[in-house]
Amino acid sequence: MLLSLFLFPPQASTNAPEVDALYLFLVALCGLTALGVITAMTFFAIRYRRTPENVVGHDIHGSTALEIFWTAIPFLILMFVFAWGASLYFKLSRPPEDAMEVFVVGRQWMWKIQHMEGRREINALHVPVGRPIKLTMTSEDVIHSFYIPAFRVKADVVPGRYTTLWFQPTKPGEYHLFCAEYCGTEHSRMGGSVIVMQPAEYEAWLAGTQTAGGGTPSSGLTPVQLGRKLFVEKACATCHLNTPGGVGPVLVGIYGRQVELATGATVKVDEAYVRESILTPMAKVVKGFPPAMPTFGGQLTEEQVMSLIAYVKSLSDGGDAAAPAPHSGAAPAAPTAPGAPAN
Amino acid sequence: MQTSEAKKVNYLSAQHTVASWLLTIDHKRIAILYLVSITVMFLIGGLMAAAIRAELLTPAGDLMGSDTYNKAFTLHGIVMVFFFLIPSIPATLGNFLVPLMIGAKDLAFPRINLLSWYIYMVGATIGIVATVTGGLDTGWTLYTPYSTAYATTNVVMPAIGLFITGFSSILTGLNFIVTIHKMRAPGMTWFRLPLFIWAQYATSIVMILATPVIAITVLMVAIDRGLGLGIFDPKAGGDPVLFQHLFWFYSHPAVYIMILPAMGVISEVIPCFSKKRIFGYNFIAASSLSIAIIGFFVWGHHLFTTPQSMYAAMAFSIITFAVAVPSAVKTFNWTATMYRGSVSFEAPMIYAFGFMGLFLVGGLTGLFLGALGLDLHVHDTYFVVAHFHYIMVGGAIMAYMAGLHFWWPKMTGRMYPEGPAKAAALLIFVGFNLTFFPQFLAGYAGMPRRYHYYPPEFQIFNVLSTAGSSILALGYLLPLGYLLWSLRYGRAAGRNPWGATGLEWMIDSPPSPHNFDETPVVTWEPYDYPDAHRRTAEHAASEAARV
Repeated sequence: MLLSLFLFPPQASTNAPEVDALYLFLVALCGLTALGVITAMTFFAIRYRRTPENVVGHDIHGSTALEIFWTAIPFLILMFVFAWGASLYFKLSRPPEDAMEVFVVGRQWMWKIQHMEGRREINALHVPVGRPIKLTMTSEDVIHSFYIPAFRVKADVVPGRYTTLWFQPTKPGEYHLFCAEYCGTEHSRMGGSVIVMQPAEYEAWLAGTQTAGGGTPSSGLTPVQLGRKLFVEKACATCHLNTPGGVGPVLVGIYGRQVELATGATVKVDEAYVRESILTPMAKVVKGFPPAMPTFGGQLTEEQVMSLIAYVKSLSDGGDAAAPAPHSGAAPAAPTAPGAPAN
Repeated sequence: MQTSEAKKVNYLSAQHTVASWLLTIDHKRIAILYLVSITVMFLIGGLMAAAIRAELLTPAGDLMGSDTYNKAFTLHGIVMVFFFLIPSIPATLGNFLVPLMIGAKDLAFPRINLLSWYIYMVGATIGIVATVTGGLDTGWTLYTPYSTAYATTNVVMPAIGLFITGFSSILTGLNFIVTIHKMRAPGMTWFRLPLFIWAQYATSIVMILATPVIAITVLMVAIDRGLGLGIFDPKAGGDPVLFQHLFWFYSHPAVYIMILPAMGVISEVIPCFSKKRIFGYNFIAASSLSIAIIGFFVWGHHLFTTPQSMYAAMAFSIITFAVAVPSAVKTFNWTATMYRGSVSFEAPMIYAFGFMGLFLVGGLTGLFLGALGLDLHVHDTYFVVAHFHYIMVGGAIMAYMAGLHFWWPKMTGRMYPEGPAKAAALLIFVGFNLTFFPQFLAGYAGMPRRYHYYPPEFQIFNVLSTAGSSILALGYLLPLGYLLWSLRYGRAAGRNPWGATGLEWMIDSPPSPHNFDETPVVTWEPYDYPDAHRRTAEHAASEAARV
């Protein structure tokens, strides 16, 4: 028991026991194989050691039957291990639809976390127990890697694109968060903790009434609200109207759909496409619209881009969500993400 | 015959001037030039390893600053991989043995062979000078965009050094392939070649096909950094992950550049000290080639945590498991070779046993990393560090030591003392396991690699590891002592101290400058120990009858 505590990180996600099971299977399989080969070697070396009566080996060339046997059997066993490993990976590659979303931005040498409900934190991630959590991640500079040993998950965080990581915590507690991809001077100190809380505690933490466990107070705006604000400030709303007739496509209801491009190809409107359309609009222009959008590359921070995406997403969430009218000054009642606190 | 042997000119005594060494085109002298150069590189790399292990004794970064630590592990990696391991067996034992084993007077292109050593020296010197003046802190993997846009250290110069060194590898590979095709002695058919030659042949294919890719990749890094082209910079529309594909397209096959020749050495040593034919000759030869070929299609298993397609990852995983099979086949054949043999335990065999144990662990732990869902946890942790050290140090260097001890009498004409040699093999085996086995545990427990500061719960693993490394260091220094000692005081080895088969054992030790007085004609199978024994006995009987 003590030994297992020492040799394993805490098992705190639905994924962890599954990975440990494969690990233990491989430890047993490889242990037995190694033991078998070493025993055979030792036995042969002693049994057939050189003696005055045994000065030369027997004249044996080999055995095709044995060769086929020890090629085929390991191959079959390895294909089984492949299938096991791949099935775990398959699950980890597909976040559940109902996963709670969190934005993560890595930079030398810190993790910036943005909750949908508005709360931000640095080098700490608070999550509720028992719910699938999906992280959408990018980097401001070099490649980092978001690693939580207790959940047995890791994904690289790459500048210029989004990667995702999901997990479902099973045990409240505080766990290590590491950067696993070498990223320069303070790489080994780019980390912090993941704090898994009971749902009620988590709600309290989100609302800011409970500040224990770190995390900076929120700016007051949720990503959707911030995105909506930017949408007005950056004059996106001038061309992207609520109803057809604008210079750019209508964004209401567009998220998650396939759109046809000027080139005739189609593309799914997802995080990567919205991001690309903001930063390099000429890359994939929607059919029927002029290539008129100015590029916002270099003008927005990663957090701002993520907020705009959250906002575009929110336009496809509820029936009554609508883009703001152009040049509307003070932010009116914002469309809220599910579960967001009222403004 | 016996009396004239001592006075005969050999490749070492033929000439003594410095110029006769620096301008030699004798493959055996070039092998010695490489041997000396890579030993210096090994000592530099080893010194860095010692610094790393000393620093990791405590969880706080108290011995050196973060930047210094990062430079230390970068220098360790670059020197050990590019300037020691890649040239180790091919450039020393390969250079020395390829012509001897096939009955040739030299390699096909002796001047190109010397050129490849000079290229290596220029590249290595640039690499070392660059990393010493200013240093490099990117890790040996040089991942972008850190190396191209963010590192403040000296990236361009080492990149140029690596670019240049690559040509040395390509030329050596080319030389071996042409030599093995065109210069075999009469009767030395493909299936009479020693397995060491098959291994060198497979290695040479990898060197020729893979090295240009790393050369162009590091050049792209240098250009991207120097001119800001943005090949790997997302801000300019480039792709940082592209670098990883290019890098591992070389660097995974590069592992086979290290381990295939090692397997070749073991395939010579085990039959000799079992006095028995190698078990399954054809299967071992074929497995060398299949490793070389399949090894080109597994690079993506270094990228399971990057945003590569899930289906690509699955393809890379399944091929990774497939490439494990030929290695397993070799291991089973080596083991079976000892069955009903006449096994003795001289120093090269002790090193070969060490290789078997360590390579077994290294190979089997590779399965953990090839399994997709499990790799997501252990990738970039100490588990990976332990795994590749078991392959590259436990496998490749242990076999290099086995080979060096096996052919040292041939290379120098002297025997080293058996006792210290066996003791060193044992020290290396014990020290190695104590150093690297705890790293598997640290890795699974979640300790990321390249960490200078680490949480205190990982300290126990690091203390064990550092303790092991001091034993390991002693194990590596010991051979340096007794091998040098043997040059002066070792007893004369004679032509064939181990009673081995193979053309290299039929000529003097050290060989004459032109290897063979007459071109040998081969009429026998390789590793024909039973028949060789019979012939020796008959010869002795007829000699006795004549007297």
